[in-house]
Amino acid sequence: MILVWLLIVLGAAGGLAVLSERWGGDWPRWVTLIGITVDFVIGLAIWIGSEIHPPQGQWLVSLDVNWIPSLGIHFHLALDGLSLLLIMLTFALGMVAVLASWHDITEGIGFFHLNLCWLLAAITGVFLALDLFLFYFAWELMLVPMFLMILIWGHERRRYAAIKFFLFTQISGLLMLISILALYFFHHAATGVYTFEYAQLLNTPLPAGAAVLIMLGFFAAFMVKLPVFPFHTWLPDAHTEASTAGSLVLAGLMLKTGAYGMLRFVLPLFPSAAHELAPYAMVLAAIGIVYGGVLAYAQSDIKRLVAYTSVSHMGFVLLGIFAAALAPPGSSAARWALEGVILEMLCHGFSTGALFLIAGFLQERLHTREMRSMNGLWAVMPRLSGAGLFFALAAIGLPGLGNFVAEFLILMGTFPVSAGLTIVAAIGVLVSTFYGVAMVQHAFHGPNRHNWQAPDLGKREALALVPMMAVLLWLGWYPQPVFNTAAASVEIIANQAARPVAVEARR
Amino acid sequence: MYGWLWLEPVIPFATSAALLIAGRRMGRRAAGWIGTGAIAASTIIAALLTWQFIVHPPSGGAYTQVLWQWFAVAGFHPRISLYLDSLAVVMTLVVSFVSFLIHLYSAEFMAESEGYERFFAYMNLFVASMLTLVLASNLLLLFLGWEGVGLCSYLLIGFWYDDEVNGLAGRKAFIVTRAGDVAMTLGLVLLVTRLGTLDIQELMHRVTLQWHYGAMVAEVAGFLLLGGAVGKSAQFPLQTWLPDAMAGPTPTSALIHAATMVTAGVYLIARLHVLYALAPMAQLAVALAGFITLVIAGFSALTQHDIKRILAYSTISQIGYMFLALGVGAWSAAIFHLVTHAFFKALLFLASGVVIQALHEEHDIFKMGGLRKRLPLAFWCFIFAGSSLAGLPLITAGFYSKGVIMWSAHSSAQGAWWLWAGAMAGAFMTALYTFRLIFVVFYGEPRQAHPPITRYPGPAINWPLGVLGFLSMLAGFIDLPAAMGGREALSGFLTPALPRFLALRPGMGEISSELLASILFFAGVYLIYLFQLQKPGWSAQLAGPGLGDTAHRFWFADWGMDWLYEKTLVHPVAWFARVNKADGVDRIYDGIAWLSEYFHRGLSRTENGRLRWYAGWVTAGAIVLVALAKW
Repeated sequence: MILVWLLIVLGAAGGLAVLSERWGGDWPRWVTLIGITVDFVIGLAIWIGSEIHPPQGQWLVSLDVNWIPSLGIHFHLALDGLSLLLIMLTFALGMVAVLASWHDITEGIGFFHLNLCWLLAAITGVFLALDLFLFYFAWELMLVPMFLMILIWGHERRRYAAIKFFLFTQISGLLMLISILALYFFHHAATGVYTFEYAQLLNTPLPAGAAVLIMLGFFAAFMVKLPVFPFHTWLPDAHTEASTAGSLVLAGLMLKTGAYGMLRFVLPLFPSAAHELAPYAMVLAAIGIVYGGVLAYAQSDIKRLVAYTSVSHMGFVLLGIFAAALAPPGSSAARWALEGVILEMLCHGFSTGALFLIAGFLQERLHTREMRSMNGLWAVMPRLSGAGLFFALAAIGLPGLGNFVAEFLILMGTFPVSAGLTIVAAIGVLVSTFYGVAMVQHAFHGPNRHNWQAPDLGKREALALVPMMAVLLWLGWYPQPVFNTAAASVEIIANQAARPVAVEARR
Repeated sequence: MYGWLWLEPVIPFATSAALLIAGRRMGRRAAGWIGTGAIAASTIIAALLTWQFIVHPPSGGAYTQVLWQWFAVAGFHPRISLYLDSLAVVMTLVVSFVSFLIHLYSAEFMAESEGYERFFAYMNLFVASMLTLVLASNLLLLFLGWEGVGLCSYLLIGFWYDDEVNGLAGRKAFIVTRAGDVAMTLGLVLLVTRLGTLDIQELMHRVTLQWHYGAMVAEVAGFLLLGGAVGKSAQFPLQTWLPDAMAGPTPTSALIHAATMVTAGVYLIARLHVLYALAPMAQLAVALAGFITLVIAGFSALTQHDIKRILAYSTISQIGYMFLALGVGAWSAAIFHLVTHAFFKALLFLASGVVIQALHEEHDIFKMGGLRKRLPLAFWCFIFAGSSLAGLPLITAGFYSKGVIMWSAHSSAQGAWWLWAGAMAGAFMTALYTFRLIFVVFYGEPRQAHPPITRYPGPAINWPLGVLGFLSMLAGFIDLPAAMGGREALSGFLTPALPRFLALRPGMGEISSELLASILFFAGVYLIYLFQLQKPGWSAQLAGPGLGDTAHRFWFADWGMDWLYEKTLVHPVAWFARVNKADGVDRIYDGIAWLSEYFHRGLSRTENGRLRWYAGWVTAGAIVLVALAKW
């Protein structure tokens, strides 16, 4: 029941946000903040509880109710280590999003917070749903508030960006719907049972050709969300044009739903098809790492720069996921890669999210995102600039911050599978240095030739950034709690992904 | 007592964080005291631990302090732990002590500078990272210190961020060293995936058990780690960042060249000597990198005008000697030269800082001259440190430490006569460029009317100079060749950590090698005296139009290496970034959008409300359908 409460609290907070707007603009903000904090505390309680009483099996908490029995649809929510980490990320970034838009959003405050809450609820739903119908429902539900957030509270080219975002995700989502239905019918053909239940669909016998096609439908949806080169072009526009909170949620959370989908569905449901796809996916991942990095370096709009870094970092995630699919069964490589992937998702959420926040703070002060007209801000806002440097260093994978551990594990997991692609990915780390130092140079260093005068980091802004720094330092120096929490899920995913290889080996 | 080890890196880490967070509130005085005090504390601990290590050596020759388990994933469990053996003792003592002197100097030298607190925060972080690097018990933690050092060099070279040239130099240093780190990362990944651990002692143990001499995988690992080492230590082919790194404040240069940063590569290879001993090709590559570097950097140093750039090339060249020593298996000789070099190179930079500040930020040696009387302390520092660098026989540290390397280059099993000859040539060049610098700056007449020197250094500058001058001369007596008394205080102390050097090739004795080096030193000094002071016309003639001029410009521009990288790497990437700024991939989707709009327009044109038009289409469609059905 606790899992439903997570959703109800967010949904209710959204509704209350709209209703309370009549009492003043700060009401929706406080209502939303409190709602998300409640969820965060619940999540934390589940996490601590699972540490004290380790659960039997994969699922820490689960809830299964019949929803539409005639079609075999359940309302099935369940939480394992992987989902837990991701919903914690969701609530943490949700709180930050409220703080970040405190001054940023001045019109339609109630409706904005409604969208934010429901968006977070939908994302939480995606991370929890174990019934494919419910999953698809949550997946599509994410789209609407995000679309509105870009369209209404975005910047200059918001209409273009919002429609582009909508088309890319909607079309790829439809492919997934077809695949879900195909799987549903194939399962019925094989077993005589109509069901959308994850656990039952796991072992559906599929003809080899059909398995590849169905898997591609899922992969399409997740690939666009992640995004994978060359399907990434919606991302820079959407991230750049969205408001600060919008970019934060997009980069920090929405991209992770793509990675989550691959981990939860593509590898376990279609191990042999995923095995066939893996070399291609890894090549695309490696291209994306370098291409995204170089494109980030090319940008002069600070938000666009940060947006392209996501393409590069999500390349690491993709590389790790499919390296795990190809790793020899029983080896450690798959576990290294998957733990690395999960840590990379968390760290990217915080580091990139914080960079978007900083870009937003700069835009609030300077009314520009163009780095060519910044320069020399360190002299004026040393604290904000120092924070910018810190998160840029996180993004370029400096040891001591979480991203390094994550990327190193992914490289370790990839190396036994493909030394060549590991080399390309390692070069991607070098490329990240280009954009990291370029950003610091153009925004914060250099002479203050435009004579900017603006206030330094305020208390509320620091309240958002400092915890994010702390988290990245924590994950850089002692990421073990995350690895422990994810270990059971990683073990299961690695074993499921290794099934076809194991079968072949037995022959 | 050993339990205090962790404080050595942690104190400067903590003060660095404190200065970054609250430096502005503390004020300049407090910041200077805290920054210098932290390094003083580390130095005291290092000294106490050294004493302890000599008097009560830990069992097994090393002390390991586990702070905590970093993480553990599927059989890979690196720890945050420190490892103190005799090599680490020497390194921590030198690093912290030289850094302390540099900090003390900075407290006065930087007194007028903007961002005083930030400066000390970065400097402390620099030293903390370096101490982590030399104390790390596993390669992953070493890599953390390694990258931290790179970061601090970037921040400090670009410290005066107002000038974009400084920022450029800082970025160059960071990017070039990180290019080496790509190779190093891959090396670590290779080691851990093949051997299952990154703990250095365990790793070396497994290397000897599982890999045979000359195994391909050992060679590859050796080459990859060498990639990281040549980047950090500014060796061929990645040496190009160090001369530009002069853009930073002078104490930073001293820190980079003497105590932290460039010696890291030497330390890494010495630390992994077991691996290199199994990888003959990789070890030859180490020797070759050193050999090539020491020669080409010598030529470049001879042509520079900027006082700090001359010193930078001399560092590159001297680190080349250390690599050469590592390459021929003279492990402790490399560390010996590292130690003496730390003293005299720190002194050269700090003294050049005094000169530069006295002349109001003048860097060009040909605008100086005749400073012997006006800046006597700086002059004597240059004489002491310069003699040591160039190897004035018998009484300087550099003579002994370099002499061992040159002799080893010939007498080692991996040695060769041409390595020895190159090292000798390099020694001759060292005498030339060092005394060229000294003669031009301190002798003759002032070439340009400078405003009178108003600022003379105070005690916080003078004391470090004095101490370093003392050490530049005397540190060499810690190890003496067999024929000159045969003391092995340093190499003997290092023996448990680094294997003893075994001379396999008789033929040439140590004494004759030292004798030749001495002759070359005096010949070099005399030659440059002739060219610079007696017959200045000759040097102008030599560098005149024609071959001399071309060679001069070529060497001045670092053998065209920068040009090469610009053309082959920097420009293509920058070009691609520029033309593809708008992301060419998006044009595909633009095309799809355009196509669907095109068809949309085409089809909407058919919907024009004319009945005749519709009827015509209906008829045509019907005919086609019927035809298809009949057919």
